[in-house]
Amino acid sequence: MITIVNYGMGNLGSILNMFKRIGVQACVTSELASIQSAEKILLPGVGAFDAAMERINSSGLRQVLEHKAMVERVPVLGICLGMQLLTRGSEEGTLSGLGWIDADTRRFPAQKGIKVPHMGWNIALPSNQSLLIRNLPEEPRFYFVHSYYVTVDDPAHSIMRTTHGVSFDSAVQNGNIYGAQFHPEKSHKFGMQLLKNFAEV
Amino acid sequence: MLRTRVIPAMLLRNESLVKTIRFGKFTYVGDPCNTLRIFNELEVDELLFLDITATPEKRLPNLKILADIADECFMPLGYGGGIHTVDHAKSIFDIGFEKVAINSYATEHPEFVSELAKHYGNQAVIASIDVKKGLFGKKIVYTCSGRHRTQLEPVAWAKELESRGAGEILLTSIDREGTWEGFDLELVKSVTDAVSIPVIAHGGAGSVQDIGEVVKQAGASAVALGSMVVFQKQGMGVLVNFPDQKKLEKVLG
Repeated sequence: MITIVNYGMGNLGSILNMFKRIGVQACVTSELASIQSAEKILLPGVGAFDAAMERINSSGLRQVLEHKAMVERVPVLGICLGMQLLTRGSEEGTLSGLGWIDADTRRFPAQKGIKVPHMGWNIALPSNQSLLIRNLPEEPRFYFVHSYYVTVDDPAHSIMRTTHGVSFDSAVQNGNIYGAQFHPEKSHKFGMQLLKNFAEV
Repeated sequence: MLRTRVIPAMLLRNESLVKTIRFGKFTYVGDPCNTLRIFNELEVDELLFLDITATPEKRLPNLKILADIADECFMPLGYGGGIHTVDHAKSIFDIGFEKVAINSYATEHPEFVSELAKHYGNQAVIASIDVKKGLFGKKIVYTCSGRHRTQLEPVAWAKELESRGAGEILLTSIDREGTWEGFDLELVKSVTDAVSIPVIAHGGAGSVQDIGEVVKQAGASAVALGSMVVFQKQGMGVLVNFPDQKKLEKVLG
């Protein structure tokens, strides 16, 4: 069972739909008690960094999530903004992130011919082996929508990289902590395989 | 490399899919869910659903059909038609769509675009502009599915929508829609030159070459297709299809 954390940021219907399609049990919740008993956690997110951190900090969610991730070490997957929250912080805001991965979130620099947000389908190439990205169909491509990108300190924590003006870490892993910058729930068979992999880690 | 999005634009008439020519002359295409299952198989980049009778019939978005659509779709989804409150937009986002398109209502209440962008981010707001040539060739913005002529000029209106927080512009040429004659390159270029947000060119696509032209010559960031993806050929029967990926890469690469 995968517990999708509803902290009021983002589009949860389509994540549930995809889990349903691949036959994986998942539930959406904002109850601390259900998150405390979660076996696997998915941290979604669309919106602004500080708004998300404020909600996580003020709702008591932060302590619960930290215990699950850092003490119990259950697998956690952050998607899009959810992945950026795993970093130390973002140029988008002033609050600190969860800091579960030594990484920063930066704004795409202004460059001619490079539109921000980075919106659309792009290629993500494996940079390290990870259970999260095994058996992906050939030429993996995913749907992205973001104006900020993640860059890890230790290249070993990068599992996929993508280029949009700059080259950045489009999927990351640090032990039980996983992140994907793109939207697997909107990425056809590529996303289905990735979510299936997360269900099986 | 970010690939150029090629987006089937599906026209809903409440619960049916239809296709029009210059916003009139409806042809029944089929059931939305069956059609999008085919687009799922074809792994299209993105889908846009426009309920073209919602505003003229003063109907609200049909959430039931949108929920059925979202259940079947594993690609980005946009919806337009009859949205005029943040609550409408919220219900559509909750169902699993990530973009809403605003057209008629924005011309009366441009602040609504900012309100939506503030709540859901610019990337979630498509400003839709329908354009038709007047008697003396002057291009004017129309609303209410082409029924109502405004005083707005497309370039100025696009700039205003960008400044209000729209994340992209869906630019439809009413004169070309459903005609297979190719895009109005001049119209598209005039808008892409004036704004820095992505412009989705819509209306007139008849071939893969047309797609290449509007992207390369007119600066469109994405292309919306209607007749080309629901009919076998011009004047022929319904056949849900999508241009061959290799051919697309050739004209876009």
